[in-house]
Amino acid sequence: MIMLQKRKDVPGYLTIAVPLLSILVTLMMGALIFAILGYPPLQALYEFFIAPLSRPDQIGNLFVKACPLIIISTGLIFCFRANVWNIGAEGQLILGAMGAGWVALSFPEAESRMLIIGMAVMAMLAGALWGAIPGLLKVKFKTNEILVSLMLTYIAIFLVDWTVRSPWRDPMAFGFPLTKAYPDAGLIPLMSLPGIGRLGQLHWGVPVSLLVAIGGWFYLSRSLGGYQIKLMGDAPRAGRFAGFSQSWVTMFVMMLSGALAGLAGMIEVSANIGMLQPQISFGYGFTAIIVAFLARLNPLAAIAAGLVVALAELGGDAAQISMRIPKVVTGIFNGILLFMLLAGETLTHYRIVWIRSAEKGGKSHG
Amino acid sequence: MTQIVPKTTAKSATAKLEQAPLLAGFGMTKSFGDLVANKDIDFTIYAGELHALLGENGAGKSTFIKMIYGLLEPDQGHLEWQGESVTISNPQQARAMGIGMVFQHFSLFDALTVAENIALALPPDFPRQNLSQLIATKSAEYGIPLNPDNLVADLSVGQQQRVEIVRCLLQNPALLIMDEPTSVLTPQETDQLFEVLKRLAEQGCAVLFISHKLDEIKQLTSRATILRGGVKVAEVKTGDQSKRQLAELMIGAKVKDMQTQSAPKTSKTLLTVTGLSRPADGPFNVALRDINLSVRAGEILGIAGIAGNGQSELMDALTGEWRPSYANAGNMIQLGADDITTLSPAGRRRAGLAFVPEERNGHAAVPSMTLSENTLLTGYDLDNVVRGGMINYDQTLAMARQISKTYDVRQPSDDPLASSLSGGNLQKFVVGREIIKSPDVLIVSQPTWGVDIGAAQFIRTAMAELAKQGSAVIMISQDLEEIFQIAHQITVLNAGQLSGTFKTRDITAERIGLLMGGSLQADDDISESKAGVSS
Repeated sequence: MIMLQKRKDVPGYLTIAVPLLSILVTLMMGALIFAILGYPPLQALYEFFIAPLSRPDQIGNLFVKACPLIIISTGLIFCFRANVWNIGAEGQLILGAMGAGWVALSFPEAESRMLIIGMAVMAMLAGALWGAIPGLLKVKFKTNEILVSLMLTYIAIFLVDWTVRSPWRDPMAFGFPLTKAYPDAGLIPLMSLPGIGRLGQLHWGVPVSLLVAIGGWFYLSRSLGGYQIKLMGDAPRAGRFAGFSQSWVTMFVMMLSGALAGLAGMIEVSANIGMLQPQISFGYGFTAIIVAFLARLNPLAAIAAGLVVALAELGGDAAQISMRIPKVVTGIFNGILLFMLLAGETLTHYRIVWIRSAEKGGKSHG
Repeated sequence: MTQIVPKTTAKSATAKLEQAPLLAGFGMTKSFGDLVANKDIDFTIYAGELHALLGENGAGKSTFIKMIYGLLEPDQGHLEWQGESVTISNPQQARAMGIGMVFQHFSLFDALTVAENIALALPPDFPRQNLSQLIATKSAEYGIPLNPDNLVADLSVGQQQRVEIVRCLLQNPALLIMDEPTSVLTPQETDQLFEVLKRLAEQGCAVLFISHKLDEIKQLTSRATILRGGVKVAEVKTGDQSKRQLAELMIGAKVKDMQTQSAPKTSKTLLTVTGLSRPADGPFNVALRDINLSVRAGEILGIAGIAGNGQSELMDALTGEWRPSYANAGNMIQLGADDITTLSPAGRRRAGLAFVPEERNGHAAVPSMTLSENTLLTGYDLDNVVRGGMINYDQTLAMARQISKTYDVRQPSDDPLASSLSGGNLQKFVVGREIIKSPDVLIVSQPTWGVDIGAAQFIRTAMAELAKQGSAVIMISQDLEEIFQIAHQITVLNAGQLSGTFKTRDITAERIGLLMGGSLQADDDISESKAGVSS
């Protein structure tokens, strides 16, 4: 029998060596797969990992791609640390985008910068409400938040689809399912970095995402609220003994992660699309779950994890375009990368133990 | 090497120490990673001998018996069974050789009958016809009658232990290993168990009795092997040693004496519980019925009782983790004249109470957090700890250091994870964390459960000191010795009800034992004289 046994002390060199090894194994397996399928392996790997970083504007685009992932995963980290499993960030993102869209479309003549603030607030409210539903059902009726939040995601997907096809459709859009374009005041402008100028599509949502991650880290590690969240996740009984409320924590993390997912939705639309359409997100709400775990549930690490995952996605796009590698193959490659990183993460903290028979407990090989 | 030795008939037991030992171990060594759990242990037990394996928690007793019972393979050393070298590679083989074992935690199915449970545990070739009849006669023969058709769920813990014992007896063991068997028994049940074990020994069966209770070891056994830190430190005749000498061998240090404090003559009543009832949450919970108690300044009230009689339910109600939801709950729990019935644990702490629940891991402390984070658990309302919602970790670290220093908490580093502390040290920490706040009322549950003697004495002394300074202490405990040692007043919890309260010096352990077993029906108000008559 094979068992995973938690390591008492994680040797320092492992934390560096294992991720490097994971990436190395991924590269080798990827090269193998590309070779089998008849693509030049080295060129494919170049397109995946080097090409997306080869020009300054592409680095800007990398941050743009990582922006929603970082924001959403920060919220999800709060949930997962509290042992609350919000799988529905995708739906909360959509609701946030719709809330922001409603504000933008209601004031088509607006010119004030207040519009974007109002949109952000409404996006966070809408996302928080969508997150509050599974939270409330869990607190009141002990329903499973995984199922409810996931089902609400599908409701959200169809809700936005219907909205842009019927009530909010732009009559001038030649029958396309699109809303009117947002007024300029409702768009997030590109950033101009001092001395560098514009960097691809780098926009003002990116610094917001970094602030969210840093703020989330600070709250989680230094505040009593963050302590409550970790306590409820690690030892709910001790949390009740301390006098904290499990229901309160559950509602708080569900609404917070909903609000952040909603904010990510608003930023995504206002920075990159400029109107509502059936397809708003490219699965950011689901990918952010991977980012959260890749970051070992640490918001600061979510910045790096978000960038790694974004790189894999952008590299996949690049490989599709320049080498005509089918989308499914790039998907497989991304899957291997994430699998290797997470497996390496597990093996950093656990060791494999072989047990000869079921009754021989405690026999361990170093 | 012999694979399996024929079963001995448990009869020939006259010549004891002259003949070859029934079981001998030579240089038995076992390590887990870096930890050497057993080092070079020599051990002998003879047929018909009552032999004690004595040691504190973590001394290596469990590891040693697991090697004998085939659950662990020794790294070094070998065993001899009746003079012949053997390798015991699994429990089936151990049972076939004639070794029976009753574990501390039973492995019985609640939903099955006694006979069904025993049938499941017997080897495949054991004849199962007339098993019920066999169980009834075997158990009656040893004076521990069992009805084979009863559901295990309906049995008391003591009766469940009998099921395990009878299961072993059916296989006519030559060696019976009992792992901490008395920790769940009343004094009366303990006496009955000892009768059975003595009878077995007379018939030639060797009994290996694992315990850290010195009274019992002196009462029951003739020889003791004493382990400390994985090493055999002594092998003694228990008759030649005083309890104190045994204790000192076991812990490797002088044992401090504790004096029972006399209760203050008159002082004001601090905590009063009146008519507290609580319905059972589920089939495995106990309902609390009409709990009344009060405790005065300077006084320690001991609540005795066997585990599972409502201790955790009562503790939850006292901490405020459970609060009555019905309307007329007013004034059920009062601190002085203030009603605290509806206050949360945090509110009660602010009012001047402090609590130490039974379970260290995950209730009184969080194993995955550091000691300074664990001080926050019950200390976030204290001065300077949290300002503007932000935790002052300098302050919590200072508090954790002070607790560790004052209460002799031995820790591997400055601010370690709670999980890296031994049970005794973590318990000293959680008790110290509450006592250091000098609460008006301290409520503790099983304060020394699973804690070594040294730490237990330390904790008891600390509680007695707190009472001396004018606080009131309520101590829920299964350990009668502990209750008699420091409590001024004693009450007994049985099936969710409290007996009356007795002064410690006016009541005997026997009478408490009867109350614990529910033999004395505690009417609404049991008087001491009445209790005397019915025993």
